[in-house]
Amino acid sequence: MDKMMQLLKLLEKTDYIEINEFRMDFDELEFHLMPAVQQIVGKTREESIIGKEVIPSTPAVGEFVPPVHEYPGKIAEVQLGAGTRQTVYLGGQRALYRFEEPQPNPPVVTFDVFDIPMPGLPRPIREHFSDVMDHPGDWAKKAVHDFGANMVTIHLIGTGPKVMDKSPKDAAADIEEVLQAVDVPLVIGGSGDPKKDPIVLEKAAEAAEGERCLLASANLDLDYKKVAKAALDYNHAVLSWAITDVNMQKTLNRYLMKEGLKPEDIVMDPTTCALGYGIEFSVDVITRTRLAALRGDKDLQMPMSSGTTNAWGSREAWMKKDEWGPTKYRGPIWEIITGLTMMLCGVDIFMMLHPLSVQILKEIGDTFTRNYLTTKVPDISEWITQLEG
Amino acid sequence: MIVTAMDVYKLLPKTNCGICGEASCMAFATKLSEKEMELSLCTQMMDEELEKLKNILAPAVSEVTIGTGDKAITIGGDEVLYRYELTYYNPTALVVDVSDDLEESELEERVKTIKDTEFERTGEKLTLDAIAIRNKSGNSEKFVETVKKVKDANLPLLLCSFNPDSMKAALKIVGSDRPLIYATTEYNIEEMAALALEYDCPITLFIPNDLDKMKELSNVLRSKGIKDIVLDPGTFVDAGIGDSLDNFIMIRRQAIEENDEDFRFPIMGVPAVTWISSKEDKVTTGMREATIAATLMNKYADILIMHGADIWELIPVLTLRQSLYTDPRKPQAVDPGIYEFGDVNENSPVLMTTNFALTYYTVEGDLKSGNVNCYLLVLDTGGRAVDVSVAGNQLNAKSVTDLIRNSGIENGVNHQKLIIPGLAAPVSGEIEDESGWEVMVGPRDSSGIPDFLTEKW
Ligand code: SF4
Repeated sequence: MDKMMQLLKLLEKTDYIEINEFRMDFDELEFHLMPAVQQIVGKTREESIIGKEVIPSTPAVGEFVPPVHEYPGKIAEVQLGAGTRQTVYLGGQRALYRFEEPQPNPPVVTFDVFDIPMPGLPRPIREHFSDVMDHPGDWAKKAVHDFGANMVTIHLIGTGPKVMDKSPKDAAADIEEVLQAVDVPLVIGGSGDPKKDPIVLEKAAEAAEGERCLLASANLDLDYKKVAKAALDYNHAVLSWAITDVNMQKTLNRYLMKEGLKPEDIVMDPTTCALGYGIEFSVDVITRTRLAALRGDKDLQMPMSSGTTNAWGSREAWMKKDEWGPTKYRGPIWEIITGLTMMLCGVDIFMMLHPLSVQILKEIGDTFTRNYLTTKVPDISEWITQLEG
Repeated sequence: MIVTAMDVYKLLPKTNCGICGEASCMAFATKLSEKEMELSLCTQMMDEELEKLKNILAPAVSEVTIGTGDKAITIGGDEVLYRYELTYYNPTALVVDVSDDLEESELEERVKTIKDTEFERTGEKLTLDAIAIRNKSGNSEKFVETVKKVKDANLPLLLCSFNPDSMKAALKIVGSDRPLIYATTEYNIEEMAALALEYDCPITLFIPNDLDKMKELSNVLRSKGIKDIVLDPGTFVDAGIGDSLDNFIMIRRQAIEENDEDFRFPIMGVPAVTWISSKEDKVTTGMREATIAATLMNKYADILIMHGADIWELIPVLTLRQSLYTDPRKPQAVDPGIYEFGDVNENSPVLMTTNFALTYYTVEGDLKSGNVNCYLLVLDTGGRAVDVSVAGNQLNAKSVTDLIRNSGIENGVNHQKLIIPGLAAPVSGEIEDESGWEVMVGPRDSSGIPDFLTEKW
């Protein structure tokens, strides 16, 4: 939802020149960053350890034994896509790293698509999608067919009361359009309006009945019960969003489970602060969340999601400045490194914008499912002389 | 391994004599455990306790220093696997390579680029740390020639050659500057180890993808009395990055959880290998290299050799380093009070912001780059951003009025106009009422300040 707020701001600025497109993002980012500062700094070390993983005993001197731990906990496996959809699975890990046990499912990227044309999107993105922005169906199709998207996120931005105030019925029609256009699983996002989102998501969920979409999102600021019920009634999963706060995340997950959702129906969004704008808070929270889950905390044993698109709000990604080099390169790389950093802390699904960022992130993520020392690696033993220039 | 103040205190003399400069042994113990003071400051220690303390205070990953003088860099020193548990120490050193078969002018230009690379963010100048000279030619004379030229750059050096003759020739020139020897492998270990000992230089052990052998040879180096070792388990691109990550993580786990002496050393990554036989264009290859660098930095790389030196590629890597190595124990706030920018006089505008570090430094950066002359009042909001402190009522009529009264700004200017951040607009009226100053609502993003002042001041 933080991303939604930013994109809303973008919309208000659509006729500005490039440098103004993201004017307000920094404030938004700060806003979302602050709870992190207040709640995480100062209590970083009081993590509650439920059942610490078992560390093997010291081997005989001179012998190298891979430091493989055993963990009492397991991450739930969440299925997305059913009915007319392909299926994608998230999570299912029983270990932190692949040398302990490769993860059963690779990290997944879902492409951002919007229900209204988004002239405010950064130029490197518009370049790829400007021809299809009038129709979310075409947009989704392009993401899938031209850029190999495994999933698509349809953001119902247009339903925002301050945007176009589209009705929940319009939203349902957009969902149907996208469902017709592609057969990959969908994430369905609202506009970020806490009053309207639950109503919109409910209608959208109904339109996509049985397709096992991910409803984004449920959080403590809105009627999460309605969102949970919509998921249960129409067979979807729910994104549980907390702002860089492990305890808030636990509470929300528990509430959602009380409504009848199972861990297999929940994906967590612990909030992604962009590279250079508090990413270290996300690193800490996501690391703690995954460790707690593997150590047995049942309230946190769900896959995690990252709103990696946040990276595009960073000045380094968009601001024209000759001494920083072309924005064309800086944007994608900012998105990659933001997402990558989250992936290395355990995130399972990424909402992203740029095709090259998606490709590079996926390539690294795919290695997580393979066994240690089973890949053919290049011979680098003479790299000093092999490297040209 | 986290050492607590209590662990340390038990071994101190407990006389509270104060010679160390701290009021009590407990205070000294706290500082020691946080690595803020040197053990040698307590002159009252018994030998046996001293040895024990040295042992428990030695970091899980040993520190290795490269170079001498004020440009020297120290790598390693980490105690934990996850930064939230404590903090990471000694930011990853970023090194860019030069080849010994460059034309003289190319070499000069590249060295200059490396030296001049600088990126300022949140009040900190982020720069590169060292130069790696690559014996690409395989020829020891060419290597020496290049070493002589690059020496003048006055940055710590990495000498990269698997040929002991080249290494020896280069060490004759710069051996007293503590360059990092790169590298010993299983094929040259006797000669290279001898050079490391002769010149008292740190040495890299390069064993691609074989931790058994790495452990064995690290042990060989240690048994020769070599203490300053850097481990390079190989950087593999494409699908091979999975193995690199596994190796890095296992080495660090061995050091921190298993106390495995053979692995208690800093780890090196070489993202530069991305450029070997890359079939993609330069830009994509540069992005991939930065990606590899970020991957390894996230998982324990203490030093990285890069080949691409374009600023757009280095900025995200430098930024990630700055982020990962901030100390999670320290609040992200700056001192409140009055700050001056440019030439100020009694007519200068007075702006206000909060003391959240990210907010402050962003505003500061915009004022500087816009060459703005002004006063900036920084409000103590306990390190909260503008909109958050408006919502949380730390930024209110009273706190702002107190700031105006106590900062002394009333003596500095002959007007009574305060420019507040756009996000503080909801409280502009009450600030006016309480302080008696005229309040102007500024832009929402501080990058708009220069234009705002041109228009409205
Ligand atoms: S010098 Fe040593 S004995 Fe004296 S107060 Fe300091 S720590 Fe204690």
